[in-house]
Amino acid sequence: MSGTRELRSSSSELDLDRPNIEDYLPSGSIPEPRGKLRLRDILDISPTLTEVAGAIVDDSFTRCFKSNSPEPWNWNVYLFPLWCFGVVVRYLILFPARVIVLTMGWIIFLSLYIPIHTLLKGHDKLRNKLERSLVELICSFFVASWTGVIKYHGPRPSMRPHQVFVANHTSMIDFIILEQMTAFAVIMQKHPGWVGLLQSTILESLGCIWFNRTESKDREIVARKLREHVHGTDNNPLLIFPEGTCVNNHYSVMFKKGAFELGCTVCPVAIKYNKIFVDAFWNSRKQSFTMHLLQLMTSWAVVCDVWYLEPQNLKPGETPIEFAERVRDMISARAGLKKVPWDGYLKYSRPSPKLTESKQQSFADSILRRLEEK
Amino acid sequence: MGNFNSSMLTQYDIEEVQEHCKDLFTQQEIVALYERFCQLDRNAKGFISADEFLSVPEFALNPLSQRLLKMVDGLNFKDFVAFLSAFSSKATMEHKIELIFKVYDLDGNGKVTFNDILEVLHDLTGSSMSDKQREDVLTQVLLEAGYTRESYLLLDDFIKILEHSDLKMEVEVPID
Repeated sequence: MSGTRELRSSSSELDLDRPNIEDYLPSGSIPEPRGKLRLRDILDISPTLTEVAGAIVDDSFTRCFKSNSPEPWNWNVYLFPLWCFGVVVRYLILFPARVIVLTMGWIIFLSLYIPIHTLLKGHDKLRNKLERSLVELICSFFVASWTGVIKYHGPRPSMRPHQVFVANHTSMIDFIILEQMTAFAVIMQKHPGWVGLLQSTILESLGCIWFNRTESKDREIVARKLREHVHGTDNNPLLIFPEGTCVNNHYSVMFKKGAFELGCTVCPVAIKYNKIFVDAFWNSRKQSFTMHLLQLMTSWAVVCDVWYLEPQNLKPGETPIEFAERVRDMISARAGLKKVPWDGYLKYSRPSPKLTESKQQSFADSILRRLEEK
Repeated sequence: MGNFNSSMLTQYDIEEVQEHCKDLFTQQEIVALYERFCQLDRNAKGFISADEFLSVPEFALNPLSQRLLKMVDGLNFKDFVAFLSAFSSKATMEHKIELIFKVYDLDGNGKVTFNDILEVLHDLTGSSMSDKQREDVLTQVLLEAGYTRESYLLLDDFIKILEHSDLKMEVEVPID
């Protein structure tokens, strides 16, 4: 819960990777009043109050992280038994079957992975290749455990240096879904519990890079590792979720510019979930990843489309932020997401006071200018 | 699937709230506001804490957010709706001006002093104006309007001053 989480006002550590909100927000939203300054102009704080009330009633940031509750369809006499039957099937037949599938997957995976990892120490190339296929395998088992119906569109990514894949982020299962096709190395937040254990053991061998959002030191290390990774020839393709946090698949928040500063080709990947059976948005504040997986495993199916889009390069004269926005446009258009001008990290920190200052500045300017007018 | 909508308001509840906000919101609007209230009140305490208000970036960025927090912190749903009712398109001009007055008159003694206005002006301009500049500006406009630094402004004065300016204080409640 946010109450217990220490909220830090944005300090330099978060600013490193943070694009300026000012670059995205429309400026001068309040029409500039003219004429001589009068008392009523000072006392009339209605525009500011209206903004506050607007934010209290509805705001685009909170909307990004709202999970939509499923529409009940068991509303009549003959649909209700059908729905009950569905519940029985989902919980008593599908779920145990899926647990068995997943357990088998793990047994196969571990019984191959551990010997390969320990015995093939000298043969790095072969070992990496086998480990890659094994991770793809276990991810397929995961996808099978929610009966993932996933359509991949576009060319399958291949391994080559100087390219980085960026995708919109809805849940950790994005990673599993992409991973079953290609063993990406991913940049991700370090998680606690069993996920963290997997991260530091198995996924580490794929070249995945972990960091802690709140550690400023981690940022520099990640940036350095990133650069090293993309220049290596036989490294796994790199996957970055530039939103930095899970969004509910209806909106896209600002992209962190890190992935766009590497001087690499950026390959956008758009992921769109169909929510007819289950909402794949992982609201990490409300549920643990285990609960999220259980929810997926007791649903009928996870239906999802993945598009590998046209690779993009930095155009001459384009800043990394503009580049990031261009790629965000492509992904948002393809996956049908609405763009909002917010930094996803605002879930963890307060907005920078800079924007408040610019509001104050424009108000002060208008007062001082009108004071001179007659 | 574990997603039960526990927040159903009855007709009685809604009518009670409607009465409390002088019928400035329709029943649908109140339902929508209730959903929003529950969304902001993350652990269902029955009120929204300052921290939860500040988790809305558009709120936190507002120059008057700290001052307004003192007014909205800990409101229950009825008072939350009553606070927002000034922003209804049906609210009277006096109602809207009264809310503005309350923002200035934080201690609630019914009088707004030179210093009260100066404080709000400080919030609105921050470091972009010096204290001296703010005082000068305020002294000048007060004099021109027929007041002095020592005058108290009452609600009636606010109404007189603001009623002919076109206040655009309207917020639409989104109804799904």
